[in-house]
This record gives sequence, C-alpha cells and structure tokens, in this order.
Amino acid sequence: MISTMTHKFFSNRWALALLLLTLPLMLQNVGHAWVRIADMSLLYVLLALGLNIVVGYAGLLDLGYVAFFAVGAYLYALLASPHLTDVFPWISVMFPDGLHLSLWLVLPMAAGLAGLFGVLLGAPTLKLRGDYLAIVTLGFGEIIRVFLNNLDQPVNITNGPKGLGQIDAVTVFGYPLSKQLDLGFIQLPSVTLYYYLFLTLVVVSVVVCHRLEYSRIGRAWMAIREDEIAAKAMGLNTRNLKLMAFGMGATFGGLSGAMFAAFQGFVSPESFSLMESVMIVAMVVLGGLGHLPGVILGAVLLAALPEALRYVAGPLQSMTDGRLNAAILRQLLIALAMITIMLWRPRGLWPTPEHGKSLNPQGGPR
Amino acid sequence: MSTAELVLNVSGISKRFGGLQALTDISMRIERGQVYGLIGPNGAGKTTFFNVITGLYTPDSGSFELAGQPYEPTEVHLVAQAGIARTFQNIRLFAEMTALENVMVGRHVRTGSGLLGAIFRTKKFMAEEAAIAQRAHELLDYVGISAFADYKARTLSYGDQRRLEIARALATDPQLIALDEPAAGMNATEKTQLRALIDKIRNDHRTVLLIEHDVKLVMGLCDRVTVLDDGKVIAEGTPADVQRNPHVINAYLGTGGH
Repeated sequence: MISTMTHKFFSNRWALALLLLTLPLMLQNVGHAWVRIADMSLLYVLLALGLNIVVGYAGLLDLGYVAFFAVGAYLYALLASPHLTDVFPWISVMFPDGLHLSLWLVLPMAAGLAGLFGVLLGAPTLKLRGDYLAIVTLGFGEIIRVFLNNLDQPVNITNGPKGLGQIDAVTVFGYPLSKQLDLGFIQLPSVTLYYYLFLTLVVVSVVVCHRLEYSRIGRAWMAIREDEIAAKAMGLNTRNLKLMAFGMGATFGGLSGAMFAAFQGFVSPESFSLMESVMIVAMVVLGGLGHLPGVILGAVLLAALPEALRYVAGPLQSMTDGRLNAAILRQLLIALAMITIMLWRPRGLWPTPEHGKSLNPQGGPR
Repeated sequence: MSTAELVLNVSGISKRFGGLQALTDISMRIERGQVYGLIGPNGAGKTTFFNVITGLYTPDSGSFELAGQPYEPTEVHLVAQAGIARTFQNIRLFAEMTALENVMVGRHVRTGSGLLGAIFRTKKFMAEEAAIAQRAHELLDYVGISAFADYKARTLSYGDQRRLEIARALATDPQLIALDEPAAGMNATEKTQLRALIDKIRNDHRTVLLIEHDVKLVMGLCDRVTVLDDGKVIAEGTPADVQRNPHVINAYLGTGGH
C-alpha cells in the first residue's frame, strides 16, 4: 500500500521537484536547525550514491568508504584555511594573502585525489570478495582516520585531533553562501543557500549514476556482481572494471567531503569514524542495493532519523525523570528501526522491481 | 574437405598435475562450420582440456592456433577476446539481470565506450548502445526466447536458461563456441530442442565444440568426434567410425573381464 503510494508520488516528477525546492523555505520557518538536517541528508545522499556504485552495482562490500569523504574534506580544509600558511612560512611567502583556494578549483582535485585513493584501495583487494574484502576496506578506512589523527607530528599537517577550522565558505558567482541572501520578498539564510547547492549536486549525481547504470560499463559492473567467473569468460576485464568502480565511487565521496568541509567550516578526524562508514553501507542496503530511488530514500531516512529522534528521546527522558539517557535511547531506537525494516523488507525499502527493469521495447538507455 | 578453414588447431597438448598426467599429447583439428564432439568417460580429461583451451590452465607443452593465429591464453578474459566463447556445465547466468541485459554483457568485448561516453551520452555512445540492444534482441530471437527479454534470468526455465547462455556466448562473435555438457539435466523434449538449436548454429557457418556425456546426442549431431580416455586420444573420426572403434567400446563398456 504505502510503497505504491510513494511510488506514484515520486514518479510524479513535478510534485517531487516542487517539494524539494520549497522544502527549505518551509523548514526555515520552523528553525534553521531543520534546514541543516536537510543539508546533511543531501550530503549523505551523495555519499550513498557513490557507495552504491561500489556495493550496489559492482557488488564489492566496502566498509571504509568514509575514508574518501575524509580525503575530500581535508583537501579542501587544507587548501582553504589559514592552517598551512600558519605552519609553513614558505607557503605564507608564496601566498601572502593566505591560502584561499576556491571550492570550485578544489572540487575536481578532491574528486581526483579521492578517485586515486579508491584505485589504491582497489588494487590490493582485487582478488578478495565478500567478508574478506569488507575486512580489508574496514582497515583502510581506519588507517586514513589514524593518519589524520596523528599527522600533527613531526610536521603539523592535519593538526591532529584538534582538527582544522576557519575553513572558507563556498562562494557562488562571488557571493559567499555564509551570508543571508535578501531577495526582498523572502530571506534566504546560509543553510538554505547551501541546501540549494547540495540539491544541485545531488541531482547531477543522480543523473550520472543513472546513466552509468544503463551503460556498457554499468552492465559489466553488475555482471561482475552476479557472477565473476562468467563475467571473465565473457571477456570482461574484471581487474580494470573493479578499479573503475572503486575509483568512480570514491570520487563521489571526495566531492561530498569537500562540500562538507566548506559547509561546516571545521573538520576533525572524529567525523570520519568507522561508524560513519557503517551508516553509509546501512543506507545503501536498507534503501535497496543498486536501485537509485531506494538508495536515496535510505540515505534521507537514516540521516534524518537520528535528528528527528532527538524530539522523541528528549520527552522520553524527562518522562522517566532523566533515568533514560537520551543519546543511548536514540541509538536504541535507530537500531530497532533498522531491524524492523530488514525483517519487514529484506531486499530493502525500495528494491529493484522484479520484472521489466528495461521495459522500453528497445532496451536502450533512457 | 581438406581445404576447409581450420578454426582451432590443437597440437601436442600435455598437462601434468603433480603425479597425475592429466593430458598426454592431445591434438585436434576443428574446421569452420563443424560441430565437433569431445567425449570420454568420467575422469578422461575432457574438463582439463576445456580448461586449457579457455585459459584456466597453461599447458606444459603443445600449441594452439585459432583461426590461423597463434593463440596462447594467459588470462581468462582474453579468451573471449580471441574468439572462444563458452557456456558452463552448471549454468552461470547473471541471475538478477534481465535476459536482454545478459546478452548485452556478451557484446562488451566487441564494443568500446567508456565512463565518459556514458556520463555525457555522446552520439557515439548512443549509437553503440542502440546497436548492442538491437544485436541482443536479434540473438534472443535467434535462440527463441525473445518473449522473455525483460525477465530476470533466474526466473527463466532450465531449458531457456541454457538457451540464454548460448545467446550470451554468441553475442561475443566467437570463432568457436564451446558448450560444456549443454544437455546435462535436460529432459527428452529439451534435448530435441537443444539439438535443433545447435543444428541451426552450424548451418550459419559457426563452429561448435561440444563436450558431452550424452553419447546419443553427440553421435547424432557431430560431424567429427574425439574420444578421450585416461588423458589420451583413443579415437578420432566421424561418429560412425568412432562407434565401431574397439578402443572406444572398451573404454565405455569394458572388456568384460576375459
């Protein structure tokens, strides 16, 4: 019932577009914190879309995905904050006005660097599958975090656990998104401006992912996921294709990370823990592996749920005279929700339809 | 006959696993348009030979020629590129993909568009995709399962899954299509249909290497047959010749203990 209703609603593109465009305008009246939650949800959607390429399409379980997010975030944080010029005199000589690279310049670099890290992770794990691959990728994610945590000595590059602050905000056509935009009839606060930026990025990413899914490369990835031996026998170079999947997926992580750094203005290793990786995997699996609408739904739900639960856990805590810890209660409720979803819909909330994935008579790309 | 083009020319292949001589001096000449049978009792070395020509094992000695070109498979994915496509004894389809997508994957090796083409949907990419889809539809039609193009492969019946596997192999434009026990687990009707399909493939001047347990199917279908036993060729010739060969009768029926 519910799924057919949601399906009808979401297949109506105009309704969806209208909702997405007006959502922050409604939310900002309730409170900027709510728009912020929407912003973070969009960044998680971006991450989930990237991970979906690796896990959903190519079938490679990656538990260290947050590492690419960290790579993108730290790259922008380093290139657009006073940290490097403070620590290295020779850099401040080169950039007397401080190092303030534009996000638009850093974005391709972040994508490229994260992609390179993706290939670096992919190369030694090509022969691994399933659980074994998950263990290695988990280790990789932790390695990156530990590096970020400890690279304040002997040379202070990442500023260690203290993190990097004073990161420049994004400017779009010379207008800094950190300032409120006054359109006369309506005020658009910074969080709302960021919302529209992230929404644009998500829409572009969805289009890219969709196009990849219905392409020669996308089909090859799925063939590897389904049966690697048969894929090889059909002449697929599984080594290159897997590296491509790792690299492509990581690119999304890098982009999302750079956006995150600009949005927060501050990054520290804490934001890139194993728990984050696990949550992103959970978004993809819970939503529906390899099915874009499902992945997006999963990401939005799991990103927004913990925040929404604050408003449930708080009253519960006061009802029990503070004996229940709100933070723990929140985690308990998230866990319960995840278990319920998995029992109720084992293939995800919105999985790939059973028949007729390519229902148009030509079967070509749409 | 002798002027016909050789598709696969195998000479003097030997393969040893530790103390076991799995293949000894195997030679085989498969001509274009033939259905070539490879039979033998269990443990005769059929599968080892199959794995050698499909690049899974490297032979200790001997050489191959595929359509006149020297052929040395070093990696499995190069085999299809070189022109040998195969099916599997225990069907290996891309289960969660549609029948059409399965065949489209088969076209991968003969097409070339990459990530950027897909993301920007270049003219070249769109043309190639359309050609891939069209060819895949033709092949589904060819093997007679075009009605199931949009069904997931795992939902097809056993016989149709076999056909789909053959269509997927044909999609790679192979010089030689190697079928590994295609009739295994089939009932009489399905076998008759399979026979008709292989006949049709031969009539289109394609070349088939049939590895099969079912002697009746092999004898009725093949132009030439090689019989392996204990890693050696014990007979080679037309099905009629092979059936009369005393070594073959021996290998299959035993000497009766006298």
